[in-house]
Amino acid sequence: MVYRLKIAGLVLLLTIVAGRPASAQIDLSGVWAPIFHEDQPERIPGPDIGDYAGLPITEAARLRALSWDASLLTLPEHQCKPHPSTYGFRGVGNLRIWADQDPATQQVIKINTHIQWQEQHRDIWMDGRPHPPEYAAHTWQGFSTGQWEGDTLVVTTTHLKAGWMRRNGLALTDRATMEDRFYRHGDVITHVYIISDPVYLSEPLVKTNGFRLALNGRIDPYPCESVVEVPREKGVVPNHLPGTNHAAEEFAAKHQIPVEAALGGAETALPEFAQKMKTMKVPAATPSAAGAAR
Amino acid sequence: MARTQSGLMAAVAVAAMGLAARPQALQTPAQGRGQAPAAAGQQNRGRGPQGRGAALQNFDNVDVHSLHVQGNVWMLVGAGGNVTVQVGDDGVLLVDSSFAQMSDKILAEIKKISPRPIYFILNTHAHLDHVGGNEKLAKASTDFLAPPQVQIVAQENVLKRMSAPTGEQAVFPVAAWPTDTYFTAKKEIFFNNEPVILMHQPAAHTDGDSIVFFRRSDVVSSGDIFRTTTFPFIDTERGGTINGIIAALNNILDLTVPRDKQEGGTYVIPGHGRLCDEHDVLEYRDMLTIIRDRAQDAVKKGMTLDQFRSTKPTLDYDARWGSAGGLQTTDQFVEKIFTEMKTGKR
Repeated sequence: MVYRLKIAGLVLLLTIVAGRPASAQIDLSGVWAPIFHEDQPERIPGPDIGDYAGLPITEAARLRALSWDASLLTLPEHQCKPHPSTYGFRGVGNLRIWADQDPATQQVIKINTHIQWQEQHRDIWMDGRPHPPEYAAHTWQGFSTGQWEGDTLVVTTTHLKAGWMRRNGLALTDRATMEDRFYRHGDVITHVYIISDPVYLSEPLVKTNGFRLALNGRIDPYPCESVVEVPREKGVVPNHLPGTNHAAEEFAAKHQIPVEAALGGAETALPEFAQKMKTMKVPAATPSAAGAAR
Repeated sequence: MARTQSGLMAAVAVAAMGLAARPQALQTPAQGRGQAPAAAGQQNRGRGPQGRGAALQNFDNVDVHSLHVQGNVWMLVGAGGNVTVQVGDDGVLLVDSSFAQMSDKILAEIKKISPRPIYFILNTHAHLDHVGGNEKLAKASTDFLAPPQVQIVAQENVLKRMSAPTGEQAVFPVAAWPTDTYFTAKKEIFFNNEPVILMHQPAAHTDGDSIVFFRRSDVVSSGDIFRTTTFPFIDTERGGTINGIIAALNNILDLTVPRDKQEGGTYVIPGHGRLCDEHDVLEYRDMLTIIRDRAQDAVKKGMTLDQFRSTKPTLDYDARWGSAGGLQTTDQFVEKIFTEMKTGKR
């Protein structure tokens, strides 16, 4: 009798487990604190101006970045831009994830992500709806749809505004699209970006970011107000004229690498490039670089 | 004069169809570039029904799609320039009218939005892909609610470009001409419970440009001063300049107010392409200002046009905005900007 009850209980348990829908097998809900074990210098203090090393950028992206002047961000219209979803998960600020369910069926309609800095709110639609037509407006977070592949949330995002892949002028166009994946293992999420941009990337850019569950984590509001920080004539757009920005040479000299390496390109991400670098000229160390080396 | 105008307008129509109408909003710039422009001439009524050659573009396969922007304002996309539709109890107001061949489809789409008749057609400028439907759409309303005459409103240079001196053959039929023009900085209309303000943008895309601001709906129709598909067409033959386009974009930025975090708020309907907000206009303004600055610097350094071209001054933007054919190639765009910086003339 006891044996039969045990078997019945096991069958019942297996039925309950097997009966769970394939989707939403992992709950990503909670407040998550970013872990900066990976790429900390880029993500916290920020990359050097002129550091494009290891990124699969095109010549067009390189010129665009070398023309970028950080003073652009002092223009009122540029001040309150949030990170687009193609960068936001690399930034500072806690991340909250929660799901909206249909009250009748309990099926997940949407997974929401909210990152504190500049209140980056993203909707990931889980109900199979199509993406908007090509003539619809683009947003910072884009239009995202998601589906489960096993325990991995796979998200496809289109309709992104022109944004950036790095905070030193490396831009993305509004033609960029993204696939990102959320893997939860215990109290850690590994988030993987795969960004495609037919204009500024010669191949997909892949980055990973980590988050740890913060049981007492908080998300604060982040209002932003534009003001005139630098009086200028109307219509002035800060930019570096071609040939006037030597930041890449300075970066290369500081770290004693060839300028070609600093200027990036898909080749610079490959281990074979290290061999090629040995044949390239390295710019003379600047006094500040010499000081750093001591 | 009228024959020259006819030839020029035919060329504009050819290039406008090549550049703009495939359908416009459903193609990427990369797909649009390099395509041979279609022939045109359908508006040269004075030269016979077919004008200067048959249109090669098959409009039968082009659909018109509508998108509610906000408030009273909708946007129609298809072949030719975008059409703005404002609806309400007073009736229907259009900004631009696309190609004549699209009029039936445009009317059908408007009827899905509002059963009321058209009272106003506002033209942002005189190009065929924005005024081609004037005649047919102005005649469309026949029910008892229809106005005795649809008002076609534009800056006075639009009328000058569409008409001809007495005794000459005009490019466009009289029924397509503006019936009401303005020559001051702006013209105000109150329709469907909101101010609708036309603002002249001198020497921009052309010399007759208007942007239209729907103040309560908080929407701006920019005409071809702003587009999301290619670099702007600087119509130097009709008074267009890059400095004028940049000034007009800055004026649009003065009107737009984002809702939050540089997104939403005032929406902008471009002459061609997708629905936008302030940030999209800002990116376009920044790009053109940077390219203009490069040309200015080149002139200051005493470069020739060929030397300037060799610096690849638009390399960072070509793959997204450039064009190898159609109304204006990237090379022509660069040349116009350089020439304007060098001579101060178009």
